[in-house]
Amino acid sequence: MKPTKTDGTEYFHQVVDCQWACPAHTDVPQYIRLIAQGEFTEAYMLNRESNVFPGILGRVCDRPCEPACRRVRVEDKPVAICRLKRVIADNRGDITDRLPQAPTKKNGKRIALVGAGCASLTVANDLLPLGYECVIFEALGKMGGLMRTNIPAFRLPASVLDEEMGYIIDMGVDLRLNSPIESMRDFLKEDYDAVFVGSGAPKGKDLNIPGRDESGRIHIGIFWLESVAFGHTESIGKNVLIIGVGNTAMDCCRTSLRLGAKSVKVMARKPRAFFKASDWELEDAEEEKVEIVVNHSPKSFVMKGGKLVGINFDKMEYEIDEKGRITQSEIVGEAFFPCDDVVLAIGQDNAFPWIERDIGIEFDEWQVPTVDRITFESTRPGVFFGGDAAFGPENIIWAVEHGHQAAISIDKYCQGAPLTERLPRGVNLQSAKMGIHEWSYSNDYDPSGRRIMPHVDLRERFKKLDIEVELGFSIEQVVTEVERCLNCDLQTVFTAQQCIECDACIDICPVDCLTITKNGDEEKIKENLKTPPLNPSQPLYVSEPLKHTARVMVKDENLCVHCGLCAERCPTGAWDMQKSTLIIPYAVDEAEQNESLCQQRQKTG
Amino acid sequence: MTYIVKPKIVHSGLQRNALGLTIRDYEGSMSTLCAGCGHDSITAAIVQAFFELHVPPHRVAKMSGIGCSSKTPAYFLSSAHGFNAVHGRMPSIATGASAANRSLYLLGISGDGDSLSIGLGQFSHAVRRNLNMLYIIENNGVYGLTKGQFSASADVGSKAKRGEMNKQQPIDPVQMAMAQGGTFVARSFSGDKDQLIPLLKAGIKHDGFGLIDIISPCVTFNDHEDSTKSYAYTRQFYHPAVHADFVPPAEEIKASYNRGNVMSVELHDGSRILLRKVSKDYSVHNRGAAIDYIRAHQRKGEIVTGLLYIDQGEPDMHGINRTASLPLNELPFDTLCPGTESLVSLQDLYR
Ligand SMILES: Cc1cc2nc3c(=O)[nH]c(=O)nc-3n(C[C@H](O)[C@H](O)[C@H](O)COP(=O)(O)OP(=O)(O)OC[C@H]3O[C@@H](n4cnc5c(N)ncnc54)[C@H](O)[C@@H]3O)c2cc1C
Ligand SMILES: Cc1ncc(C[n+]2csc(CCOP(=O)(O)OP(=O)(O)O)c2C)c(N)n1
Ligand code: SF4
Ligand code: SF4
Ligand code: SF4
Ligand SMILES: [Mg+2]
Repeated sequence: MKPTKTDGTEYFHQVVDCQWACPAHTDVPQYIRLIAQGEFTEAYMLNRESNVFPGILGRVCDRPCEPACRRVRVEDKPVAICRLKRVIADNRGDITDRLPQAPTKKNGKRIALVGAGCASLTVANDLLPLGYECVIFEALGKMGGLMRTNIPAFRLPASVLDEEMGYIIDMGVDLRLNSPIESMRDFLKEDYDAVFVGSGAPKGKDLNIPGRDESGRIHIGIFWLESVAFGHTESIGKNVLIIGVGNTAMDCCRTSLRLGAKSVKVMARKPRAFFKASDWELEDAEEEKVEIVVNHSPKSFVMKGGKLVGINFDKMEYEIDEKGRITQSEIVGEAFFPCDDVVLAIGQDNAFPWIERDIGIEFDEWQVPTVDRITFESTRPGVFFGGDAAFGPENIIWAVEHGHQAAISIDKYCQGAPLTERLPRGVNLQSAKMGIHEWSYSNDYDPSGRRIMPHVDLRERFKKLDIEVELGFSIEQVVTEVERCLNCDLQTVFTAQQCIECDACIDICPVDCLTITKNGDEEKIKENLKTPPLNPSQPLYVSEPLKHTARVMVKDENLCVHCGLCAERCPTGAWDMQKSTLIIPYAVDEAEQNESLCQQRQKTG
Repeated sequence: MTYIVKPKIVHSGLQRNALGLTIRDYEGSMSTLCAGCGHDSITAAIVQAFFELHVPPHRVAKMSGIGCSSKTPAYFLSSAHGFNAVHGRMPSIATGASAANRSLYLLGISGDGDSLSIGLGQFSHAVRRNLNMLYIIENNGVYGLTKGQFSASADVGSKAKRGEMNKQQPIDPVQMAMAQGGTFVARSFSGDKDQLIPLLKAGIKHDGFGLIDIISPCVTFNDHEDSTKSYAYTRQFYHPAVHADFVPPAEEIKASYNRGNVMSVELHDGSRILLRKVSKDYSVHNRGAAIDYIRAHQRKGEIVTGLLYIDQGEPDMHGINRTASLPLNELPFDTLCPGTESLVSLQDLYR
């Protein structure tokens, strides 16, 4: 194999699996180390740079980082990355003087943003400091989008939402509530330099089976949650059936319990392995005694005397192949489940009734707009999309990342720079060696298991709709949990010229991920590894030929726990532990670049 | 010296042997030797060999003398028996251990100073006794523990770190062991685990005295440019003559061997050593020729390695002395201590 190229950003970034998996590339290991040092404010600011809403995301992020966390390769459970973020938000000091400021002298450009959800707010967060004027139009009477209307307050308190969105609004957003945009054609005639559409995916899917239109007690999940959030719905029947088993269903069933339901069943068409809801959301619902019924496909709503009395289901059976896919399904019977109310939580769609189809903004057959994955520009120059509005429903952290990228594009668009000429990501490496056996990070492997989030007592939590269930980690829990992080950003960096092939690193490595072997093709090298490579998605590092024998040093990145023992045992310093820092360009950085380019152009005439 | 501990991590790729043990179960406490010491690499090879042989760690007795090398039994098989003898006296203690309990795997770890200077007499007698043990000399050409004085294995012309040159003839434990009737004699290099691990396995399973002289560079006092026991020098003048593969009992011999070049030696427990000659004119059954071959290459500055001599026919110490077939702790008390009458009748035999 050819020596692995580690000079670009990709290689070292990928080793930091959590940061690689995070859509906004939050610097997870660094913020965890800052927590360990008690630097909560510093950690908050580091988070805010990439994910903008640490307090919100520390509670309700979809956390794609956690399944990616390397910790699961040496034990069952990942580091509680998300909950540690909340620790930062809960314990930070005053940050008002550290927030970005909008300059008093504006740059003369006006940007319109449709919808006051997390996507639009991120765009405003990035553009205000550059001197843009940002006007947000929101249909509802409150800002926050689905975070306010759909994510229940028992998971995300309104105060947290208000505070973190407030930081942005206070920078000088012109926020116009109760201002739905009803015609994009007319809107585009107004005097804006660019438009950002962050209007979400606001249409809840319906279930058209017999009886659907005969009762008022059949609710569409996201609308129902919204009406609960605004206090329009204050109760529900004793017996509730939730159709669907995604995250929306989990919020609907738990909300029902808080509105007076005594028995709540979540009805799933397929077996558990096919559930869309995250494991932790399922766990939290089941802790509240919600029953999840599998293999039941709704067939018809049953009415008696004009009143909904229940649902008839087809009982299903599935054949599943060895890869876990359904190959065949069969109806094996029927079952009736009584209920007073039904909540449909079977998905969301995009809907843009307010955007005319003849104004240069193209849509595909599913009514999703055609949006560039890098620039977030639609087919009409100057109109950008982000968040759920761009590619259909996703989550908050994706909406934030879309916002960052759209902000870069909007700035370039307004300054007349090409949208696709974007700064590349970079990586900085710095040796972590402090002394003969001292490293600038806590390199000891801590075998402790994941800390369990304490919850409000089961009798207490239903008393009000907005009692936050999760209490947050105690200080003792934090102290243990931070040590579980493996410091994956502390890279093992190898200098082949220095290696004397003494094997010390190979012998000491507690996870047997190093091998010195004859060079050959990938298959051959894999055969000779000390531990068989189990995770093909993880890169193999192959060194330059070693000077004594021309063999190569091979590292399977999969298992490394970044303990630094290889570097500690190496007599020649061929291995070193180096802290990698990912450099992610934001609109500010791009703007600086644009400016210096412009100056250069002026100089060279 | 590393003072942080190698953590016990059960990672997803960790394999188990026939006893259900992982390689971690064959390790010992953290080494306090200099980082990069060849001895640590030998430790790792020993760990691997016992793991692959599925030997229960508590069926091993680790014997050693004094020196950096002699410290290493602390770093492997932490649940084995062990005895750290005085300098150069490990062979006597090992003899006693073998006499008392012949069922243990006896593993001696020594250094070139421990075996070839102060312990030379002890070493010779263990060989001629054909004590049933594997005796490892971790050979670095210096007294590492006492800060790098030349040992008796230093080559003529080799320079110490401070510059002075050795002018005395070296003692070669391999040639000595062959001359004194050793029945399994090998040389290897800490930096070549592919060769070393099968040799260790064969040596552990061999009945009788097995010697493996392992060149094991001292990174601190003998890895400089004019040393003849450095990593660089050893690799440059390394001359593998015979490669030995160890095949456990009842395991198929892989077809990939070219028959003409391979010789199989069967051990007492049914396992086999497959000898693959790297050098055509080498014979592992002829002491005289073997010594000549080693000498001839020595004159060219080359270090001949591999399984250099093996003889499965000679009785070991127990065989020679017709001792009891069971370890003493398994003999019934009456047999072990047959009483005054038996003693008297024994004494009468010599009156
Ligand atoms: C029940 C439920 C639970 C969820 N839980 C989580 C969770 O725990 N974690 C997570 O990460 N994600 C969760 N999500 C998804 C997440 O809420 C969304 O992905 C995210 O809010 C999308 O942000 P956005 O800014 O794109 O749009 P939205 O949050 O949908 O905001 C869009 C805003 O635009 C406004 N608007 C729409 N049309 C117009 C118009 N024409 N004129 C003016 N204003 C308009 C809307 O009123 C709304 O305020 C959940 C979603 C649901 C439905
Ligand atoms: C009776 C006695 N004499 C001398 C010493 C000092 N001494 C300790 S270790 C050693 C030499 C060890 O050399 P070697 O066996 O080659 O081990 P290494 O450290 O090189 O591995 C000596 C002379 C001693 N401990 N005991
Ligand atoms: S840091 Fe080095 S010793 Fe530790 S797990 Fe990674 S490769 Fe192995
Ligand atoms: S410890 Fe250092 S010198 Fe020894 S093999 Fe590893 S990298 Fe090479
Ligand atoms: S002094 Fe030499 S022999 Fe002793 S531990 Fe250090 S390198 Fe090894
Ligand atoms: Mg020595």
